[in-house]
Amino acid sequence: MTSTILDQLRGVASDLFNIPASQITAESSPQTIDAWDSTQHLNFVLALEEKFGLQLSPEEMEQMHNVGEAAKVIENKLQGSR
Amino acid sequence: MTSESKAIDLRSEVDRLISARPISVESAALVSRRLADLWRAEAGSVAAAFLVSRFEKLRGKLPLQPYRLAILRSFTVEPAIPLLRAEAFVHGIDLTVQLGDFNAYPQEILDSNSLLYRFAPDAVILAAQTADLAPELWHRFADLEPEAVPSVIQNVTNNLSQWIRGFRERSSATLVVHSLELPAIPSAGILDAQSEGRQTSSSQCRAIQEINQALHVIANEHRGVYVLDYDGLVARHGRLRWHDERKWLIARMPIAADCLVYQAREWLRFLMPLCGKTAKVLVTDLDNTLWGGIIGEDGMTGIKLSPEYPGAAYQSVQRALLDLTRRGILLAICSKNNPEDAMPALTDHPGMLLKPKDFSAARINWNDKAQNLREIASELNIGTDALAFLDDNPVEREQIRNAMPEVTVLDLPEDPLAFAGAIRDCPAFERLTLSSEDQQRTGLYAAQRERSQAEQSFQSKEDFFRYLDQEAEVVPVSPTTLARVAQLTQKTNQFNLTTRRYTEQQIAELATRPEWQVLSISVRDRFGDHGLVGVAITRDEKDTCEIETFLLSCRVIGRAVETALLSHLAGIAAVRGRRCLSGRFIPTKKNAPARDFYSAHGFQLIEEKPDGSVWSLPLPQHKIASPEWIRLKTTEGAHN
Repeated sequence: MTSTILDQLRGVASDLFNIPASQITAESSPQTIDAWDSTQHLNFVLALEEKFGLQLSPEEMEQMHNVGEAAKVIENKLQGSR
Repeated sequence: MTSESKAIDLRSEVDRLISARPISVESAALVSRRLADLWRAEAGSVAAAFLVSRFEKLRGKLPLQPYRLAILRSFTVEPAIPLLRAEAFVHGIDLTVQLGDFNAYPQEILDSNSLLYRFAPDAVILAAQTADLAPELWHRFADLEPEAVPSVIQNVTNNLSQWIRGFRERSSATLVVHSLELPAIPSAGILDAQSEGRQTSSSQCRAIQEINQALHVIANEHRGVYVLDYDGLVARHGRLRWHDERKWLIARMPIAADCLVYQAREWLRFLMPLCGKTAKVLVTDLDNTLWGGIIGEDGMTGIKLSPEYPGAAYQSVQRALLDLTRRGILLAICSKNNPEDAMPALTDHPGMLLKPKDFSAARINWNDKAQNLREIASELNIGTDALAFLDDNPVEREQIRNAMPEVTVLDLPEDPLAFAGAIRDCPAFERLTLSSEDQQRTGLYAAQRERSQAEQSFQSKEDFFRYLDQEAEVVPVSPTTLARVAQLTQKTNQFNLTTRRYTEQQIAELATRPEWQVLSISVRDRFGDHGLVGVAITRDEKDTCEIETFLLSCRVIGRAVETALLSHLAGIAAVRGRRCLSGRFIPTKKNAPARDFYSAHGFQLIEEKPDGSVWSLPLPQHKIASPEWIRLKTTEGAHN
């Protein structure tokens, strides 16, 4: 399950930040991706909300320091909603 | 998961095609179709970023229309911009967007040197929330004395009026103003809707609605100012679903993530007619589209078409199509059927809301639909890019998309009850103004069919022209013809010497300049009135009268109307003392019918360049004879 969500997030990050999905790992973050600034972080959050049909809280948004942590947040959220 | 993997396949196909250097025009067109496929499959923020970055690589290879849009706002709209640009790219528009600062629109509008005007936008959107424009009404309505409400309404209205007037004084760009939304739950609850024994000014909703009504009045007082019904947009998708309070509080983003795409699409509805991206003819299938079932198998009594379920779905489709004809959109039929099966249903079925006279052309046969569509376009004298195609069969739709990518293909859902909604939702049918020609168009084309039949009974063209008994009237543009004149410059592609596009405001502005002439020509004949069908715009400079624009609607091409208009231009230029009438032909993909216009009328070629040729006629020694079979009425170009 984790790998599926993580893969989907790599696809999202690839589209949004315009870099190949193969270069995106769980550790990819605003520090490693130039295009990932604060505006793009909001876009990233909104894109995830739209794609997974959920709303993230400010606390959850802050936990998403990199792609892997974002995947964990989404995963917890999806399990919680079941 | 299959749709997910299909989307990944589309992405890698796109990137494979783009990586080939140089990209051919053909493969750019294929990439564009694949990107549109991807957009249909998953319109949203993720795909939007992908589309925008890929379309940007295809600039110069695709016939994209550049357009500059400024958005003045009171809230965060940044995440909606990639969605808007992706939507625009899919519809052939390359959009450059500039955003104003938060709540800085009054200064931006009233300062002639602001970034807004330096950006030189084609259009400007003013998107401000009720909470920002009228905080007293939104946040503190319960605290307001009823007597104070009218002055609050007046203040907000005055502000809007001042900004709109201030904008129009500084720019001729189109302005689109968001209306004010109503609260999901008024501060007084259900009491807000009860007016008995209470003053009208004690209703929060009604106070906001009053501002919206005033906004419509103000917009009407200015050219090129339109209202986006933001309250209607929010209501359509549900007030509670539209808003995300948390994003508002942390990022000033009031719109929920999954509603951003609807905001982008609503903006696009305005951009389509502004860019001239409009479908003029809707070509519709019959079986399982205009009625349920197959007429050739189920027969008159078996097809579903009635006010009850399931026939009601198809009556709704017919109602939607009738509504389109009122916007000046023509209907045509393209159906794989035996005419002897289909025709009785069209003429006699009691459930038919559409009548045979509502259709301007029909191809009921077993031929390839792309071929039929080309024939319909040619019969109606329009380009195939002005066609829209409605068919319940996804295979037919896909074939048209591949064979004729310029055609607007409506994507129909599975459920027939949702067909009518999909038709009404199509942005290619949006119009911002409606001329009287638009409303009568179906009748105009019916007269055209009678003309064609009459033409065949004459030996020579001249005999036919004499029989037609044409009368043409040339007059300067006036407030009543402004909309139609601007519309013709935006839509005419074939007989158009320079293909220069003008907005209503630009035409209005040119008409006030003494050295410019903006003339229109209207034509009528024994079969009826063609209405306003041609425009000529000239500019005097020293000894020369330069023809900036010369165009004629295709429905009167080839009847010497163009000669009559040109003859008039030469005549009045000589009267104004000009020594030379000069014109330019700028070739496009579509204006070949106008190529030999100047040479055929005795003009000398002065200069020939790939981007156009310059022609000249000495005055007053050269006169252009107006054809004797057209009675030309003119009003002298009195300038206001």
